[in-house]
Formats: sequence, structure tokens, C-alpha cells
Amino acid sequence: MSLLEIKNLHVNVAGHEILKGIDLTINAGEVHSIMGPNGSGKSTLAQVLARREAYQVTDGQILFDGKDLLEMKPEVAACEGVFLAFQYPVEIPGIGNTYFLRSALNAIRKYRGLEEMDAMDFLPMFREKLKLLEMDDKLINRSVNEGFSGGEKKRNEILQMAILEPKLAVLDETDSGLDIDALRIVASGVNSLRSKDRAMLVVTHYQRLLNYIVPDFVHVLVDGRIVRSGGPELALELEDKGYGWIEAEAKAPASV
Amino acid sequence: MSSSVDTFRELAQQDYKWGFVTDIDADRLPKGLSEETVRVISAKKQEPEFMLEWRLKAYRHWAKLEKEQAEPKWANVKFPPINYQDIIYYSAPKQKPNLKSLDELDPEILRTYEKLGIPLQEQKMLAGVAVDAVFDSVSVATTFKAKLAEKGVIFCSFSEAVQKHPELVKKYLGSVVPHTDNFFAALNAAVFTDGSFVYVPKGVRCPMELSTYFRINAAETGQFERTLIVADEGAYVSYLEGCTAPIRDENQLHAAVVELVALDNAQIKYSTVQNWYPGDKNGKGGIYNFVTKRGNCKGVNSKISWTQVETGSAITWKYPSCILQGDNSVGEFYSVALTNNYQQADTGTKMIHLGKNTSSTIVSKGISAGHGQNTYRGQVKIQKGATGARNYTQCDSLLIGDKCGAHTFPYIEVKNSTARMEHEASTSKIGEDQLFYLQQRGLKAEDAVSMIVNGFCKQVFRELPMEFAVEAQKLLSVSLEGSVG
Repeated sequence: MSLLEIKNLHVNVAGHEILKGIDLTINAGEVHSIMGPNGSGKSTLAQVLARREAYQVTDGQILFDGKDLLEMKPEVAACEGVFLAFQYPVEIPGIGNTYFLRSALNAIRKYRGLEEMDAMDFLPMFREKLKLLEMDDKLINRSVNEGFSGGEKKRNEILQMAILEPKLAVLDETDSGLDIDALRIVASGVNSLRSKDRAMLVVTHYQRLLNYIVPDFVHVLVDGRIVRSGGPELALELEDKGYGWIEAEAKAPASV
Repeated sequence: MSSSVDTFRELAQQDYKWGFVTDIDADRLPKGLSEETVRVISAKKQEPEFMLEWRLKAYRHWAKLEKEQAEPKWANVKFPPINYQDIIYYSAPKQKPNLKSLDELDPEILRTYEKLGIPLQEQKMLAGVAVDAVFDSVSVATTFKAKLAEKGVIFCSFSEAVQKHPELVKKYLGSVVPHTDNFFAALNAAVFTDGSFVYVPKGVRCPMELSTYFRINAAETGQFERTLIVADEGAYVSYLEGCTAPIRDENQLHAAVVELVALDNAQIKYSTVQNWYPGDKNGKGGIYNFVTKRGNCKGVNSKISWTQVETGSAITWKYPSCILQGDNSVGEFYSVALTNNYQQADTGTKMIHLGKNTSSTIVSKGISAGHGQNTYRGQVKIQKGATGARNYTQCDSLLIGDKCGAHTFPYIEVKNSTARMEHEASTSKIGEDQLFYLQQRGLKAEDAVSMIVNGFCKQVFRELPMEFAVEAQKLLSVSLEGSVG
């Protein structure tokens, strides 16, 4: 059984059809990348997987670990093991990072019938993961994302992923706004989390990130459809030629 | 150790859990208010002559105001006219006179306080909080008296103070909130039946937190208690106040007065968690909480700090204030006020700067959900002689949903050009993006709202004593129940 099976997914946002029939299967252990020009529906796909309600699914099916993902509320999807690294992480003033993450971890553990983790066990683990992302210890006491730089926010997303250990991690434009050093740190964080039990879906506009996080499969999304799939070499081809040729090609068969 | 999120979840599934009624024998007056009522109350309490005189003066003033329909109308709250003749002004649990120990207290009352989680029983001594419990209008028990007496601290019911320490009562009663202050203060002065009294002598740091739990039990009864706290030179005291009431369909009036006096170098920290019954989801029933609270920083370098968490009551009308009379005195006001369903709150503070180099801080956090209406009303007054006065005010409002309202009315009056004033205000909505972010990490919607709200209130919560802070957080979660769809 595949970890994620998307069949004929159609999605409307504010009355406009953004995704027009997506088919995608991802197995545990695989890293897939979704690439595409702006407005092609990449982020929409990421949000739908995280079960954001504003995105209305009009047709199709998503099975996650054999269960109907579209029936799940966001928190249930999260507890089942779907994690979204946000393109724009949100600030939560007054709530400490540690408290927030431990609450989240315990919500997930409780859902899975595991014992909750107390602060004594949590803190050492938290510190360990901070090191992985080369993040400052001071973060322990700071409010969630409040006053963080763009790069710190993105690193914080991966830190959360490292702690919550999802089955499927969806990275939505994690590379945007990162300088080259931050990109390297984030990518090495992500790479260290690759495992045979975990799948990743890396959504990006640029090939640059894929130099560091080398995917097993690359899919190109144009106007709400996956128009081409291939290996990592497809990303390089796109980098070389841009999206224009593939958009033209995508339109072409319709006129034949 | 279970996480707070779980506590929130359990709590979020509860309705107002303090809404039970205790079945006890009560000694009550018939409905109605007249000079005779005042005399009977005073006689029942075997008060000295000066108290009766004081009450009668207040009653006459109130009666005049009532005739002139001078009930305050300026607050941003709406309610039908109150019939002051339709209220019972005295209801006391019947009990044996002169209790020697808690064992003699009516076991039903003890059970009530147990349900409320108040450490009345001796076995809970470890909790280290001295408690005075006011049931309906009468103080029923004060714990830790002996230990406090060692330090010379007086902590007792107001009635007892009138009997045993009349000179202190006479000196300070009405010195901060005179009966002429306002309509409800006059009413309270005429008919108040009990309350708490605290005196901390010179140079004494009160060895434990003092706490009063107020409970309205009887139907159709008004609760009019009065608290007087005096911190003599160099003294320190931290006082906590909690309140609950049963669920009843009719509105009940609570008109209390609190007076604080801090002499030279003294400090009073006064914390309230107010959870009177707020009425049901449609706005039926609930307490009218019309309260006058004021502290006088009378001495040099004195400090009074108010912290309040207001989650209950159908209507709250309350402005804990500081008169900064002594040079270098400090006044603080930290407030969280939450209105859900059809609750209305008009609350804030007054900081009156009289002395030199006086400073005040105001941090107000208003949360509105459902159809709740939340008003901050604050006055900062710098008088002519208050050279070097400083004020910092911060008012933040948080809206949950689109049917509620937040209003801010800051009044600033400066008569000395050396004053420094800062005012910050913000209004925000709990964003769908914040909620989704927390849910995506595994938290349920109501837990996510609790978390966001608690974060919003953090500045105030950290001013509360530890145990109270925990209680306040739980209360907020319960009170927010049903605020997200």
C-alpha cells in the first residue's frame, strides 16, 4: 500500500478551479518534488494535503495510509502524520516555543495512544534537535516565530518537523527567502530526516533547493495539472530552459 | 504531569461548573430596602453606634440619588432598570454562634467550598493560603488566624473587625471610597453585611497569601460585601479574591466596595479572579457586578497593584483605581476581561497622580467572543503638584468571531507639564491562519484558541500568584467554550 494516493483531485478556491485532476502516488521512503510556475497550484496542493478548509475539493480522492484524508480535520491529519512546513510561518505572541511544541507533540502522542512526554524528557530532545538545525538555545524561551527573521522561521519549521516526526512532510517553498547558508542548514536538516518510513513532498519554484535535497521524483505542475514527471534530471532541465517550453508543450496536445 | 492542553480540553467540555445551589438553612430578611432594613442589619450584627450612624448617612444619600434616578448611566452597558425593592438585602447561613473550629461549620457549606476547591479544611494547610470565606453576605470561616496573629496580622471578617478593632475600622472605613462616591458605593455602605478585613502592622511582611472566596448562594439576594485592607508603614501583603455563584435565571446584583490603604513604604498586591455566573448562552440570568475598588497610596514610596481576571458576570462595571498621594508612589493595573455570549463588560482603571514622581502602569487585555461587548474605560489624571509623574498605558483587544465588539475610552488629563505619558492600543482578530497553523501541528481548534488567548494575556497572568494564574488560564478556556465553530 502506498503512503499517499491522490486520484483525480479537483480543487476550487474562491470559485476558481485551481487543481484540475491531479494523480500522484507517493510511497514511504520516497522524496518527490512538485515544481511549477507561479499560480500553477503548487501551494494549493500543499494546503489541501494539510486540510485547510478554505480549499474546496470538488472531485477526486486522497488516501493517506489507506485512510480517507479528505474526511480529516487539520488536527486529525496532523495526528495521522501529515506535516506542512509553511511558506509563511505564523507568529503566536506570548506562547513559548517549548510549550507549544510539547503541547503539539503530546496531542499527537495522545492520539496515537502513547504516553505524554513530560518536560524533563522533552527538553533534552528539543536541545538535540536545535543543534541539528544550528539554532540558538535562546529559542527555547522565545515565543513561536515572534520576531524571528525569515530564515529563522523556516528553520523553525524544520525543527518542528524533526520533533513531530511525521510520516509525510510537505515542504511548501521552504527555500524562499533563504540565503545560501540558511538553505544549506535547512536542507541538511531535511536530509537527516529522510528515512525509509517517511515520505516528503518538496514544493518549489526553483531547482536550487533540489541541489541540496535530491528528490527521487520530480513532477511539473502547470495550470492545475501534472504535465510531466521524471527523475532529478527533469529539475535541471527546467532550470536550464525555464517553464515556458513545458507550458507551451502542455497546451499543444489540446489543439491536436 | 498532564499537559495544560489536556486540561483545557476537559474544561472546554464543561459548562459553568460552579452553578450548583447549596441547601442550607438561612436567616434572611424580606425583600425591600428602607431605613428600617438598615437598622435591622446593623442590629443583627450587633454593631456599635458609629456604624449604624455611618450606614444611615449612606442610606439617606442613596435614597436621594435613587429618587433623582442618579444611577450611573455613562457605562457602555445595557440592562433593564433594577427594582431595588425587589432584592433581599440580608441572607445569612443559620449557624451556631461563635464557632470554635471549622468542625462546627455547617457541613453543607464546607462541601460547597470543597466543590469550589477552596482550601478551607485544616488538612489543606499545606496549600499555605489563609482563606476567609464569604457565603451570601456573611463571612463563614477564616483560616490560619493564629499563625497570622503571631505576626500581628489581622485577617478576619468585617463583622469581627467591627467588634474587635473598631478603632481601625472607624479610622479607615470610607476613607478611600466615601459613601458619596457613587450610587452603588452608597448602596453598599448602607447595607453591606460582611466582607474581609486585613491589617498588616508596621514593618511586617505578611507570611502568606491572604484569600477570600465570595459565594452567592441564595436566590433573589444581593451580595454587598466590603473589603478593607490597611498596610501600615513598610508592610507588605498579597491578597487574592475569587467569586462564584449558582446558575439562576434572574439577574442578581453584586455591589461590593474594596478599599486599600498603603502607608509609607507599604505594598499591597490585590488579585481577583472573578467568575460570577455569566448567564446562559442566550444572555438569560447572570450577575450584575457593579463594584467600586480603589486604593490610596497614602504614604511615600508606597505601591498598590491590582490584577484582575474577569471572566464571569452578565455585566461588569468595575474600575479598580489608585490614588497616588504619597511622593514616589506606584500604581499598577493589570487586567484581562473576557466577554462571551451576551456578556458585557465596562472595566478599566483610574490613576490619580497627586504626589511627586508618582508612576502608574496600565495593561488591559480585552477579549470578546460570541455577542460579547468589551469596553476599556480608563482615566489618567496628573494633578498640578504631581511633578515628574509618569504613566504607561497599554490596551489590547482581541476579537473572536464577527458579532462581538471592543471599545476603548481612555481619558487623559494633565495639569503638570513635566508629566510623561505613553499610550499604546491595538485591536486584533484571532486569525484563521493562526488557528490553522496550530491545528496543523495537532492541536484541536478550541485548544488552539485557548493557546492564542493565553498568549495574548500572558503579560497579565505573570502578575498573578502561581496558583491563581493556573486557575485563570483554565477559566479562560472554559469561558471561551463554543466561541469557535
